[in-house]
Amino acid sequence: MTGPYRIAPARDPVAPADGGAIALTVDGETVTGRAGQTIAGVLLAAGRVSWRTSPRSGRPRGVFCGIGVCFDCLVVVNGLRDVRACQRRATDGDVITRQDDADEPGGHAAAPHDGGGPGSSAAGPASGEQFGAGGAR
Amino acid sequence: MTESVPVLVVGGGPAGMAAALAARRHGARVVLVEAGDDLGGQFWRHLPAERAGAREELLHHGWRRFRRMRAALLGDDGCEVVLNGHVWSAGRRDGTPPLIHVVAGEPDGSGRPPRTFDPAALILATGAQERTLPFPGWDLPGVFTAGAAQALAKGERVAVGRRVLVAGAGPFLLPVARSLIRTGAQVVGVVEAAGRRQLATGWGARPWRLFAASAKAAELGGYVWDLAAKRIPYLTGAAVITAHGTGRVEAVTVAGLSPDWAPRPGTERRIEADAVCVSHGFVPRTELAVAAGCATGPDGAVTVDAGQRTSVAGVFTAGELTGIGGVDLALAEGEIAGAVAAGGRPAGRALRARRVFREFAGRLAAAHRIGAGWQAWLDDTTTVCRCEDVTAGDLRRAARLTEARGLRSLKLTTRAGLGICQGRTCGRAVEDILTAAGPGLLDTGRTARRPIAVPIRLAELAATIVPEASGEADGGSPAEAGAPAPETAASVPRAASVPRTGTAAAGTGRDGHTPSDPHDSVAGNVRRGPQEGRS
Repeated sequence: MTGPYRIAPARDPVAPADGGAIALTVDGETVTGRAGQTIAGVLLAAGRVSWRTSPRSGRPRGVFCGIGVCFDCLVVVNGLRDVRACQRRATDGDVITRQDDADEPGGHAAAPHDGGGPGSSAAGPASGEQFGAGGAR
Repeated sequence: MTESVPVLVVGGGPAGMAAALAARRHGARVVLVEAGDDLGGQFWRHLPAERAGAREELLHHGWRRFRRMRAALLGDDGCEVVLNGHVWSAGRRDGTPPLIHVVAGEPDGSGRPPRTFDPAALILATGAQERTLPFPGWDLPGVFTAGAAQALAKGERVAVGRRVLVAGAGPFLLPVARSLIRTGAQVVGVVEAAGRRQLATGWGARPWRLFAASAKAAELGGYVWDLAAKRIPYLTGAAVITAHGTGRVEAVTVAGLSPDWAPRPGTERRIEADAVCVSHGFVPRTELAVAAGCATGPDGAVTVDAGQRTSVAGVFTAGELTGIGGVDLALAEGEIAGAVAAGGRPAGRALRARRVFREFAGRLAAAHRIGAGWQAWLDDTTTVCRCEDVTAGDLRRAARLTEARGLRSLKLTTRAGLGICQGRTCGRAVEDILTAAGPGLLDTGRTARRPIAVPIRLAELAATIVPEASGEADGGSPAEAGAPAPETAASVPRAASVPRTGTAAAGTGRDGHTPSDPHDSVAGNVRRGPQEGRS
């Protein structure tokens, strides 16, 4: 056996309460977790270590910093992009899909941002509630 | 709608909690804004209410103290605790603390109601984040920061792996190893980069001066005992220089280091592991302090005087933001900042504790200071900027070929630090690599400048700006806070759509409630204190 796991509550000296079962849909599959877990917690406890690819090289990404700093763990939650899985609590029925930035329309061609000045934020494709990389890709 | 508040505390970790309590003791009304959904910060990161642990004190130092402080803050009508409060901008003003712009709601949610605070005194207690030096394979899944392993163990009861190696530099490696042991994982080793000589010189001089910090020494001794009891090897003067694996980490190479941290050829050893936890110390999270105009020192920490005042009138900082020193220093500094911000005098006990733990912090920094030779373990294909897939080779080539001395232009050339994390993860490494490979940078430290402290969605940004049109803004609108001219790509929402969910633009009413929003499924606050003082 390799990879992350949730500590069996019966053997856990900390004796956490059972939050009750929740079920998420992750890329079409049902993954169960406990209420109170973050999305990253549910995914890691299910043995998953990566759920995103880096934009240029397509390298696998999962949790790195665990405290909301690195943004490696981004997922799409109920249609909303750019959600940090390590920060967001999972709720029963959440639909999680993989966020693949490499497939974004517009690619890397848009103007760089650093010093882009007012208005550069609109350089990217209009795509609803997204944020994050801005017009940079 | 701008809310006036006598003392605003940003950050609900040990420093922020101590600051809020001290300000309350000196009679000031306080608002404390915390991004998480409970108080405690990373140090007292704990299980959520749904899964509260019967014996959670096993995972924490000072757990009872935390429970006491938490109860005092949440039970105090003169202190409003805003949980899930994400401060995204500090709008700099002359001679007075900045306006603090907050959206309250789920992390990375949408349509979160905005709140803007106009503090008479502002205490920033935003803490620190880990510094992790890049190495070949560090971006493989299964390589975590040590802090991630700690957060997952404490906050989720998840072990990051079955055979785990802990590596890097600093005393933090030890509690992480202990937490992992208590998840049932097998810790195959703790690898400290500082060699014996560096550790001895850093910690050793006049140790009696640290007598008051002896509880710390006992704590460290306890960790070492844990390692010994489990026969876990503790290597010094060594580092993980490569992580191997296809799609996830399967093994690492550990090598001995010279005193300046360059790997010594011939000392490589391969160790099987399914998880690696790496930390090379911490860096202050200075976004808001820098945006507010606070002066910083050469190490990037915010400079403060004896009253924890920064260079900006009415702005105080406490805890890791003023230099990495641990929980005891954070508690002391918070207490001093809170008292002074409320117009009172700090307790002598806090002043003495600060003196002792600052010395402790200085030794800690020396004992584990990053050696210049670390770049020798990078090869040109090593990813440095994880967001934008920029390699060490890309950086070195750009520095060499352009001979540029401006970090800004080198960032534009290479895209390093322009991804969604805004250079938080790679910033210092990028600066170090560019400095070593080219003619040297004129503007080091620039990667710490992030006018938008956390990404928010365009509709939320628009909802915050709209009140200006109705004449409610008072000179510190987000437009002036730098929102439209972001330093980095991550700063600004991509969406060009107008606020479909922008009802929050109507502002918070006098009762402090915001028009309900279908996209905002989590309330920002657990409780609210008195709302007098709104403008």
